[in-house]
Parts: sequence; structure tokens; C-alpha cells
Amino acid sequence: MTPSAGLGTVRQVNENQCQQCMPLGGVIAFRGIAGAMALIHGSQGCSTYMRLTCVNHFNEPVDIASSSLNEKQTIHGGEANLKRALDNIRRVYAPSVIGVLTTCLAETMGEDLDRIIRDYRNGQVTGCPDIIPVPTPSYSGSHTEGYWAATKAIIAHYARPSEPHGRINVIVPHISPADIREIRRIFSLMGLDCTIIPDYSLTLDRPFAGRYQKIPEGGTKPEEIAAMPGAPITIQFGVTCPDNLSPGLWLGQEHGVPLVTLPLPVGIGATDQLLTLLEKISGHSRPESLVNERGWLLDAMADAHKHNADGRAVIYGEPELVYALTRTCCENGIAPVVIASGTRTSRLFASLDPLLTDTDEQPAIMEEADFAAIETAALAAGANIAIGHSGGKFFTERHGIPVIRTGFPIHDRVGGQRILSVGYAGTLALLDRITNTLLSEKYGSYRRLRHEETTRTEITEGI
Amino acid sequence: METSSIPPEGATCISERQSSILTAGRSRTNIHCADDSLAGSVSQRACVFCGARVVLNPVTDAVHLVHGPIGCAAYTWDIRGSLSSGSEMYRNSFSTDMKERDVVFGGEKKLAICIDEIVEKYHPPAIFVYSTCVTGMIGDDIVAVCKEASRHHNTEVIPVESSGFISGNKVVGYRAAALALMRLITPKEGERVEKTQKLNFLGEYNLSGEMWLARRYLGEMGIEINVAFTGDSTVAALKQAPGACLNLVQCTGSMHWVAMQLEKQFGIPYMDVNFFGAENTAESLRKIARFYDDPVITERAEMLIEREMARISPAIERYREKLTGKRAAIYVGGAYKAVALIRQLRGLGMEVVLTGTQTGKTEEYATITSLLDEGAIVVDDTNPAEIERFLIEKQVDVMAGGVKERVLAYKLGIGFVDHNHDRKECLAGFDGAVNFAREVYISACSPVWKYLRAPAGGA
Repeated sequence: MTPSAGLGTVRQVNENQCQQCMPLGGVIAFRGIAGAMALIHGSQGCSTYMRLTCVNHFNEPVDIASSSLNEKQTIHGGEANLKRALDNIRRVYAPSVIGVLTTCLAETMGEDLDRIIRDYRNGQVTGCPDIIPVPTPSYSGSHTEGYWAATKAIIAHYARPSEPHGRINVIVPHISPADIREIRRIFSLMGLDCTIIPDYSLTLDRPFAGRYQKIPEGGTKPEEIAAMPGAPITIQFGVTCPDNLSPGLWLGQEHGVPLVTLPLPVGIGATDQLLTLLEKISGHSRPESLVNERGWLLDAMADAHKHNADGRAVIYGEPELVYALTRTCCENGIAPVVIASGTRTSRLFASLDPLLTDTDEQPAIMEEADFAAIETAALAAGANIAIGHSGGKFFTERHGIPVIRTGFPIHDRVGGQRILSVGYAGTLALLDRITNTLLSEKYGSYRRLRHEETTRTEITEGI
Repeated sequence: METSSIPPEGATCISERQSSILTAGRSRTNIHCADDSLAGSVSQRACVFCGARVVLNPVTDAVHLVHGPIGCAAYTWDIRGSLSSGSEMYRNSFSTDMKERDVVFGGEKKLAICIDEIVEKYHPPAIFVYSTCVTGMIGDDIVAVCKEASRHHNTEVIPVESSGFISGNKVVGYRAAALALMRLITPKEGERVEKTQKLNFLGEYNLSGEMWLARRYLGEMGIEINVAFTGDSTVAALKQAPGACLNLVQCTGSMHWVAMQLEKQFGIPYMDVNFFGAENTAESLRKIARFYDDPVITERAEMLIEREMARISPAIERYREKLTGKRAAIYVGGAYKAVALIRQLRGLGMEVVLTGTQTGKTEEYATITSLLDEGAIVVDDTNPAEIERFLIEKQVDVMAGGVKERVLAYKLGIGFVDHNHDRKECLAGFDGAVNFAREVYISACSPVWKYLRAPAGGA
């Protein structure tokens, strides 16, 4: 499958962005590490924008520090500001881990982060938190790459050769806190112990406690990460993860942990793949609860298949989720007519190939897409449902296309943090939302449409 | 576990920040303000680019093109709740989407191509081109590119010098926007703008239709708005700005300088007004009527004020009964808004125990401090740790502010009033005063707090 460039020549201007910038993905990954705080090395605005985006999506306070570089430091170097920022974060937040993420400004200035941090650490007499630098200039990638890069850097920082143990490494792509909790539940139902990384299931979705924890409880513990090289296997939900940023590949190459790459367990096929593997690893079959959940999903697929056949979906967002959503649509007879990601990702096209061999029509597939291109393609293909994040609201509002909100960011609805799509139960929740939206559209229009169709006088050729 | 992340006593305030916090009636010195944010303090401020974009973005039929990597445009796409009566162009977000090679070899060529593409597709009456950190750093000459594109396409292509690193203070970005606006509205050689009896409304962004409401009031008095800066404005309307006989200035932070320029260049006098709160609205309408010095206008103004006050006062009174004695906190961008909020909240019988702004100046803080009761806290460029501390210490019932403060308040079980860029409720004028009171009431007196504040387990 080649990316369809059939939408005019390649435009230079990006009109309505489908992706966020690289350090934001790093911020989210660091939120999944116990005791961690993210510090953005750059202008004040970058951290504030990322806070806003995260706050709107997760409905949680997300404090992100900044080295607040200004004109003087861009000329003379940002070292002093970065060190002062580290000092001040430690005084107020007392983190045990600090993730330093660079911006385009810091990278363009040519800041030598490793040296500055080494120097800072050497200057501390009473101990120092772990400081993990990750280069994340916005011009090098989207938040997806930032997320993978930070996750890999965190693992590389802590992983040490360790005694073999039974705990499975589970590396998750950027999914919702509810999805992370569901993956943990599935492993636990299968009686398997695992290290999920990054685990922001509690840090970015906190039960009310009447007070604000500056660094919320939860997250993968550094000692667990240190022992990841002793795991029997790494399961990485990342068919679209690029090799150079792949944490699972790194663990395999550096520490010999066998890597199994699986798609996100969304849809019956991908969830079956996961459960089959877990049955093999654990040596026993799945418990009745999961058998029932699978049965309920199958039952729902039968009940809904004719309604779903009306669906012509435009799917957009981060590559891993886009793959999972496309696969789920294909399984249910919903035609994916536009498949797009703001991220540049050749992996996605290759992975989609086998899914689309049997489809009735070939979809438009786009990487590095903006919403102007997605809109054009969606209209050309007669899309009647959109599946993706809130960025799609602008073009869908204009054309009356309903949006099934999933992915990141969700800023015009509550509950972005608890949208569940993984596992049999999550897939069923997602599918019901899709089917019911199609039904709602149908009930809202069929009387008018049938009247129009059966009373018009001109006869069109062909059917 | 719950206590393990509590920092040691006193650590919630970094010592360098002490001078930016004072207690009304007790502190002897001026507040430290209008300075760069302290690194690592988790300031709530944004950057120069943000300041420029929020001021210019409501120009409805202009294209807003951000020259830089994708993030700057993505995070500020449709950032304001400014409404339009016509074009929706301003709700789109254009970016030159700079990649590594553009940073290495320079982004001027890509910028020029992007402008060409936009002109070909949309033929907009103006394109605002914003510079960002990286383009400023590598020295892209956006002024030259814009000049050449203007000439080539025979349209307005206006550079906005808003590289984020220049400052973390939005006010600096307001100036960059103001310069761009002045460039747009200054008549070209041979052009002439006829003088009229209309007025311009500066620093009014038509959030939730607030400018439309002000226009209705002024219309009833017999006064027409020439153009607002920049809520629901068009490029053509802005070019008529020199024809006004008076400039009203509401958001002083963003528009005071523009008003001074318009006075200097076109001899248009200006006055500060404020349409937040019924009393402020009434005062502002009287002030405007006085300027026109016309008995008919004055009489109409008085009739309008009397009618509206009578119409809204029962509703306000109902809310005041529910809200009297409750304690409020304020953290907003500009001081003019903080002052208006203090007045409104006190008018509802509430005590204001904490007030802060991102961009206030020394004299503005003096005004704020003078309005507050002894013991109230005043903060400049604060952060979540300080806000949390004062919300708890001062036993606040409801806070007014922006998105980042909202989730923090909710975590503490405290009510919240959205008074941000993106609000969906009209909070200006007489009707806005009722809407505001309702906003305070539905949050401060919501039934949910009873459950949130109950002992664990619901006992």
C-alpha cells in the first residue's frame, strides 16, 4: 500500500494540525514514572501550552516546569536557568526523578544537556534526584515520537543486568489511563505479574482525595524498571513504533530480552492475539470472566453488523491507535474510507496492508496529514462518521459528521482520561459508541431520506 | 503514602518569590512584578507569541500563519472563544511546519511558498505571519519575506515579531500585535479615511458575543461602533479605524499603547471603560455619553441604565442572598479584569481573600491592594503550589480564573468560575452581570461539594 498522494500536489503549509509537538509526548511518559516531574528546557510558553493541553484532556492538574529561557540566555546559553529550575523544582516538588525535555529553542541553541546535567549532579553534596535528559525538538517529530523517545530513555537510564525473574515487561503506547488499567486487569486475570511502563493510570486520573498531590502517587517504580532486563519476555504494543525509538527493541538488543510486538488489543482479533500469547506464557487457559467478555463482544458484533455496514469512517490520530481502530472497523464491516495520521510513519502503511486486502474499496491513506487534507479526503469519500481526537471537531462541525472521540487530545468533552477501548470489554464499549452513533444518525434522517428517494421524479442511471 | 509527597513546611514558597506576594494592609513595600518568570517556578504564564496571537486571532477574515515547528500553531488553534458574525477563517490554524532541514538551511523559502499556497487557495484580505522561537533564533527575515509577498500578491502580509523567548510575559506579545495592527490600519499613501461620529472599542474580543451586547447598548444611546479591536473585526473594518472620534479601551494591557498611537497619529482621544459588572457598565456608559456631550444621548443612557438595573437587580439580589459571606479567590491574566472581578464578587456579598495576575504592573497592584480588606493576599505571576497553599489557608469557597486553576480548585473541593479566553457565557454588561452571578452561584453552592467534603466512605 502506498500513501495516497492523490489529493493534489504536496502542500507545504499545514492547515489545522492533527498532531501535537514532541516534548508533550515526553511529558506524558514521565507522568508514568513514580516520583517524576517533567521540566521543559525552553521558553516559558511551551510548558504552559502543554499543561493546558493535558489539563483539558485529563481534567487533572499537570504541573510542568520550565527553564523559562529568555532573550539573554538564548545568546549566552541556558545553563544557569536550567540549573536554577532544577533547584526550584526540588524545593517545591521534591521529585525523585526529573525528566528534562528539550524544545526546538534549546536544540537550536545547541545546549549540551548531558554536560550541564553531569555538572549539576556533581555539584550536589546531599544527593540528587535522577535526572534523565531527552532531546525532543518539535521540528523532529510529533508527540508520538516524543512519547517513545522518553520511554526508551527512561528504560535505558535505569535498566541494569539483573537476575531472571517471572515479571513480564509490558510497554504501552500513548493510550488512556483507563486502557492501562484494563491491560493490567487482563494480565492479573491471567495470573501474570508484569511491569507496565509508562504507567500513568493513577497519576493522570486521580480519585478525589480532597487535596492536591504535587507529584501524584502511582507510576512505574525505578527499581521495577531496573529489573526489566531480567524479564522472561517484553510485550510491546507497538506495531508502528519506529526501530530507533523502540524501547522493546533496545531491551532485546542490549539485554537479550525476547521481544513480542503486538498491536494494541482493540478489536476481537488483536485481543485474541494477546490472550493467546498470555495463555501460552502462563500455561493455562483464560478464566471464565474473559471467556464471557469475549462472548459478549461476539454477540454484540452479530447484533450490530447491519447497522455498522452503513458506516464510512474517517480515522485519524496517532499511528498505533489509527491501526487499532482501522482493524476494529474492518472486523465489523465499517468501511475505513480515510485513514490518516499527523505523524510521519511508514510503519503504519505496511501494517495496514494485510487488513485492507479484502475491503470493498481502497481508502485514502495519509501520513503527516493536516485536517485540511483529511477534510478533502473525507468529503470525496462520503465519510459519515469520524473516529479520533477533538481536533476533528472543526471539519466535522462544518459538514455534520459525528465524531467518536478517542485518542488525544479530547478538549471539548469530559472524561478523555477514562475512554476505554482495549480488551474485549473496551472494544465492546467502543463498538457500542460507534454503532449507536450510526443509529442515531439513521433515526434522525431516514424518514426524510426515504421520502426524498421515493418521490423524486428524475431517474438516475445505474444503481 | 498520602503524606510522602508533602514538601517540608515552608517549601511551598521559593524564597525568591516572597517579594511577589504581599498581604493587604500589612505589607509596607511594593509588590515585585512585571519581571521574567523564575525558572522552575511552574509559572502560569505563556509567551510573547501567545500574547500576540490572542490579540490578533479574533480578526475574522485574516489568515493567521505561524512560522515555526508544528507545536506553536497546534497549541493555539482556535484558542479564543471570540465569535464572528461573518468569516470563520480565523478559526483555522496555519503553520509552516518547520522541519529539521528548514532549521538548518533557513525557513524563509518555505514561508514564501506557504504564503503563495494560502493566497492561491483563499485570497484572504490579510495574512498575519507570526515568528516563533526557532525562526527568531535562526534569524529568518520574516519582514523581508512578508514585504515581498505583499508586493507580489498585492495583499496585506503582515509580520508579527513574536519569538517566544523574548519574554514569558504576554504583554510583550501584545506590543508585537499592536505594531502589526498599526501597520495594517495606517492609511497608505493616497488613501484617506473619513472622520465619523463613531467610536472604536479597543481591547474587546467579542468572547461569547460580549461586543455585540455593548453594541446594542451604544446603539440604543445613538452611538455606533466603528470597529472593535479585535473582536468580530474584519481587515476592511480595521482599516477604517482612523475614522473614529473616540477610542474606548477595555483590556488596557493589550490596547493602551494602541490607543496612545491612535491619539498621536490621528488625534483620536481615548478613555478607559469596563463592561464587567453592572456598576462598571453603567459608569462606562455615562462616561461615553459625557464625551458626546449631547443631552439626547445622555438621556437615553440614563433611561437604559435605569431600565437594565431594575430588570437585573431582583436576580442579582437572589444570588447575593445565597452567596453572602462566601470567600473568593481570583487569578487572571490582566489587572483590569482582576479589579472588575473584585468589585463584582464584593457586590455579591463575598469576601475576596486572594487576588493575583500574570501581567499586572506596580500601580495596578496598588489599586488592587487598596480595594481589598486587610489580610487578603496579593500575588504576581504565581504558581500551583502557592495557589494551593492560599486556597487552603484562606478557606476559599470559589475561585475565578483560567483552565489551569480550575482543575486545581476542583481537586481541593473548591468551586470555580471560568473567566478565561475560551468562556462560553457572556459575562459583560447588565445581562453578563447576572450570568456571572449565576456562574458563581452554581459552582459555589453546588450540591456536589457536600459529598466531596464528607468524611471518606460517606459516613
